[in-house]
Amino acid sequence: MTISRRKVLGHGAGLGAVVVAGPLVVSSVAPAYAGAVEDIIAEFTGGTEPGSGKVTLGAPEIAENGNTVPIKVSVESAMSADDYAAEVLIIATGNPQPKVAILGFSPMSGSADASTRIRLAKTQDLIAIAKMSDGSFYRDTKTVKVTIGGCGG
Amino acid sequence: MISRRDFLQASVAATAIMGAGSAGNWSALAATQAMTQDDILKFDDYGNVTLVHITDIHAQAKPIYFREPSINIGVGDVIGLPPHVSGADFLKMFNMKPGMPEAYALSSVDFVALAKEYGKMGGLDRASTIVKSIRATRGDKMLMLDGGDTWQGSFVANKTNGQDMVDIMNVFKPDAMVSHWEFTLGEERVNEIIETLDFPFLGSNIFDNEWNEPAYDSTKMFEKNGVKIAVVGQAFPYLPIANPRWMFPSLSFGIREEELQKNITAARDDGADLVVLLSHNGFDVDRKLAGILTGVDVILTAHTHDALPEPVLVGKTMLIASGSNGKFVSRLDLDVQNGEIKGFKYKLIPVFSDVITPDPEMAKVIDDSRAPYEAELSTVLGRTDSLLYRRGNFNGTFDDLICQALLEERDADIALSPGFRWGPSLLPGQDITVEDVHNGTAMSYPEAYRTEMTGQLLKDVVEDIADNLFNTDPFLQSGGDMVRVGGMGYTIDVNKEIGSRITDMTLLKTGEKIDSAKTYTVAGWASVNEGTEGPAIWDVVADYLKREQTVEIEENTSVKVLGI
Repeated sequence: MTISRRKVLGHGAGLGAVVVAGPLVVSSVAPAYAGAVEDIIAEFTGGTEPGSGKVTLGAPEIAENGNTVPIKVSVESAMSADDYAAEVLIIATGNPQPKVAILGFSPMSGSADASTRIRLAKTQDLIAIAKMSDGSFYRDTKTVKVTIGGCGG
Repeated sequence: MISRRDFLQASVAATAIMGAGSAGNWSALAATQAMTQDDILKFDDYGNVTLVHITDIHAQAKPIYFREPSINIGVGDVIGLPPHVSGADFLKMFNMKPGMPEAYALSSVDFVALAKEYGKMGGLDRASTIVKSIRATRGDKMLMLDGGDTWQGSFVANKTNGQDMVDIMNVFKPDAMVSHWEFTLGEERVNEIIETLDFPFLGSNIFDNEWNEPAYDSTKMFEKNGVKIAVVGQAFPYLPIANPRWMFPSLSFGIREEELQKNITAARDDGADLVVLLSHNGFDVDRKLAGILTGVDVILTAHTHDALPEPVLVGKTMLIASGSNGKFVSRLDLDVQNGEIKGFKYKLIPVFSDVITPDPEMAKVIDDSRAPYEAELSTVLGRTDSLLYRRGNFNGTFDDLICQALLEERDADIALSPGFRWGPSLLPGQDITVEDVHNGTAMSYPEAYRTEMTGQLLKDVVEDIADNLFNTDPFLQSGGDMVRVGGMGYTIDVNKEIGSRITDMTLLKTGEKIDSAKTYTVAGWASVNEGTEGPAIWDVVADYLKREQTVEIEENTSVKVLGI
């Protein structure tokens, strides 16, 4: 996938944001990735159950183009030296490689906001988990529909 | 099925807004057996502002027959709620007697017999007479709003890249418009037309792809009779999915409800006494939005082509459904005081073309636009011995004709034809002209493709399209009616989840079940994919008609619907 420099700058992804996009393969079979998703979450949270709130994941209800779906994530945080959002994990639960990115932030980021585009193989849930500087975690989920057949009007 | 009383309690009566729709008026005038223009136009002026709404004209400048759906299924929270009520149930809900003019205009009951009795509907020269008569008494208090799907759907609109409709609409002097099929003329052409318009082209949900910034104005503030009216516009949210996105590559759409709320709140902060959402979302999306958004007084709905004789109320928000194809003009008089609607009066004005005198100014613009093409428009290709119609959730007979033409002319096992909601009807015994064929097919990506698909892919495609229509969340409904299928039968349970709605897919010519591993030859048209090749669908249908001369299409029985 390509993320244009302009795009990233245009959205103020934050000084500390690191975008790691996994290579994605569209598969005609539909294996269950549930195990992999749980492992990825456990690895990130160390087993702490994420709370709800604080993190907001934005995505279209229906992808206009599954190959490049705009998403954004923002975390409510003071972003001060002793209270900030440190990382946000983004997972595409229905992709062959569910782990999309871990975004890194610091108090220097000013705000914990980022946007990017990701490829989605099919209709699925996206998960964002924010890790706060005090070791707490917050989670948000959005379903994005990827449709093959369209005829409108 | 809910009773009319329940419906009223759930909508009109449950709010503080006092007012009335006009379903009763038509009955009264019909009882006299002498419908006159004065009867149709009669409206005791009310309140301090008037909204006039016309939508989904689909370039039907001349009078047409248009049969309303006999099947329009609601799922989830809207089962049995308008507009998901059709035929005799519709008449019962709105207290209409079969055989009356309103029964003809608004339902499918006895359509052929009533069409012969009451004649064609629509004709924008007639609609213009109506709009001008409202303007004559309410001109300084009124807004004229176009709900979109205006520039596409006819031979002439296709030939002129929508210019005929632009010229025609200018006679109405609209105050704003929104869009959907407009963008199938291509982004550049749309922008070229916008440059020439005297009114704003609104779209709160149209964003620039590159920078994710608004690409068009969202809102226009008007002041009429001392009332500040904000009109917020909304384009069809799923244009890049339902139509070819390569035709408008730099734009992104979506519902964008947060943006909508932001614009509505801004309009209120700006002092709007009345906020009108001029929407092309589709009725169920608008009904859901009405429950989410705060600060919207009126939603003028479109896209789903519903015609309702009374507003539907969600909380304090009033939803108006003004039909399609020029059949109706909506007039909504409002009493707005201190930033609130205190009362309303509404009439879905039926455009009975034999009763309403054409407006000469508009008639001339229409005739001029058609003049270069008259000979071709009126060329007779064949004749139908049965009613041809499209509108409805599943195969209509006009689509079955198209599918039949695709199967035979393109030598295919299976034909797929999109479930568009536009496309007028033809009565038994009518000639089928070039214009008629185009009224059901005219668009900018008409190539009739021929391809191979496995049974599995066919199943996936049909399931996907079914979910675009029958997903219980209106925000996830992205298209038109169900894809029309020729050469293949199937059973659908509308209440199941995606992947399990469709069963018993059967190849009709052999009676065999569709084999997921086997490959079938499929012909279709209106692919959203760039670079699709094939003859234009209207030529395919014309060739078929010229060979057959007379067609008689029975009601389709190869699609079985469960769960209703």
